[in-house]
Amino acid sequence: MAKVEKSTNPFKVFSKVAASSERKVIYMDNHATTPVDPRVLEAMMPYFTTVFGNAASRNHAYGWSAEEAVEAARLSIAQMLGANPKEIVFTSGATESNNLAIRGVAEMYAEKGKHIITTAIEHKAILDTCKYLETKGFEVTYLPVDHYGQVRVEDIRAAVRADTILISIMAANNEIGTINRMAEIGTFAKERGILFHTDAVQAIGRIPVNVEDWKADLLSLTAHKIYGPKGIGALYIRRKNPRVRLSPILFGGGHERGVRSGTLNVPGIVGFGKAAELVRELLPEESARVLKLRERLHQGILAQVDEVTLNGHPTERLPNNLNVSFAYVEGEALMMSIPDVAVSSGSACTSASLEPSYVLKAIGVGEDLAHSSIRFGLGRFTTEEEVDHTIEMTVKAVQRLREMSPLYEMAKEGIDLKTVQWTTH
Amino acid sequence: MAYNDKVIDHFEHPRNVGSLDSKSTNVGTGIVGAPECGDVMKLQIQVNPETQVIEDAKFKTFGCGSAIASSSLATEWLKGKTLDEALTIKNTAIVEELSLPPVKIHCSVLAEDAIRSAISDYQKKSTTEETPLKKVGA
Repeated sequence: MAKVEKSTNPFKVFSKVAASSERKVIYMDNHATTPVDPRVLEAMMPYFTTVFGNAASRNHAYGWSAEEAVEAARLSIAQMLGANPKEIVFTSGATESNNLAIRGVAEMYAEKGKHIITTAIEHKAILDTCKYLETKGFEVTYLPVDHYGQVRVEDIRAAVRADTILISIMAANNEIGTINRMAEIGTFAKERGILFHTDAVQAIGRIPVNVEDWKADLLSLTAHKIYGPKGIGALYIRRKNPRVRLSPILFGGGHERGVRSGTLNVPGIVGFGKAAELVRELLPEESARVLKLRERLHQGILAQVDEVTLNGHPTERLPNNLNVSFAYVEGEALMMSIPDVAVSSGSACTSASLEPSYVLKAIGVGEDLAHSSIRFGLGRFTTEEEVDHTIEMTVKAVQRLREMSPLYEMAKEGIDLKTVQWTTH
Repeated sequence: MAYNDKVIDHFEHPRNVGSLDSKSTNVGTGIVGAPECGDVMKLQIQVNPETQVIEDAKFKTFGCGSAIASSSLATEWLKGKTLDEALTIKNTAIVEELSLPPVKIHCSVLAEDAIRSAISDYQKKSTTEETPLKKVGA
């Protein structure tokens, strides 16, 4: 059982854990998840043991303490978003938040209309929910994005119909880190009187997020992408101008104002609240520091390897995201060559479906370069030393694999790979 | 995905990486796969025209760890075999040797295709004695 140390150095617990593992693997996959910040863990610990009450128990001190902690966390999260605490509903994570937002709106407003607008590069929690709704008589427009991954407001305008009830657009993409023009999209939705939902999972903690600035009516977020625990998320649901109403997708004890039944995950919520507090406190400094490291990584690679292309937007992107394709090298082989760095790839060989990334496809990256893509996701605990080590190992691996690559050899001989007649299999 | 030790060994220490002179009449070249599919193998054999024995084999592969390991293993197996013996190498043997999971079976199929393509290229060349084909395996 881990014992939380009352340490003056909040990173001590974390570094201890990392150092204790046999081989230290550099973590560059912070889009997938983030480690729990030791300060978050410390805040959570009492809520597993001494303050273990059910926040819905109204008649004794255990319940009251739990409820008090939940409300403090709710306030912290609301403040992070520029929202009112009453507008925050806790869920099990962003997948549930996205399901609740979309299905909740669809069912509640079905009489008003059956049309939903989203984009082709949303997370599967959005796309698959929309696909499900299509089987229930709803119509969904999946907007294309430009070659940087941004949605064009003109496209949204053109897609809007009299029966459009919801526009759901992600704030920032999980693969390529491209940030959408949120304020512009929100303003447009408001003008048309259409509800605007955003999956802000990747944006929170990386860029400033404010529901008023974005004019968001619904916003999904999760704790584990901001150094909080897994299994706890939230949905922001606007209460004024307009008051958004949702049909619940889970039924039961009527928790969370009847929108989401189920006993609250009190330790998770407390951790989420602490994580949000840290975001409010650290965001400007942390983003700047991470951006600098990201640039160091990108430039460090470019200085030593040619034919590296950036996927996504050069500037309108999350400060912690670097998604690049190394021509003539397959992504999974590259990941295998750098076992001491944890990254992810858009290569088909790394996906369960054996299809290359649909996000890269949507922004017009050819399948060959999609197979060659690597996503680096930096974070709060990434150090300059780790970045330098990552550069060194990546460069070495790309060089080795290119020496082994027939495509690289052909390209160096001046053969245009596009004109070669390949065999299919 | 956690790989089998043999795959990792071939991946980290690939045998016979390189190129032979594709213009030589003793050399057969097979290039199979496509960049869009995420794997391309180039496999070359150097054949003794008297004995029909494969004296050398080289490969270069763009692809995942299993694709690299499959082609590395194929070159190992090819060396010292006659062309007829080489044609008996089946992808299933590669799957077995490397314990490839079902999603990686296509890597072994590609290796078998590469072997056949290289042999057929050699045979075409040795019968016609013409300039080598530009688009092998097409």
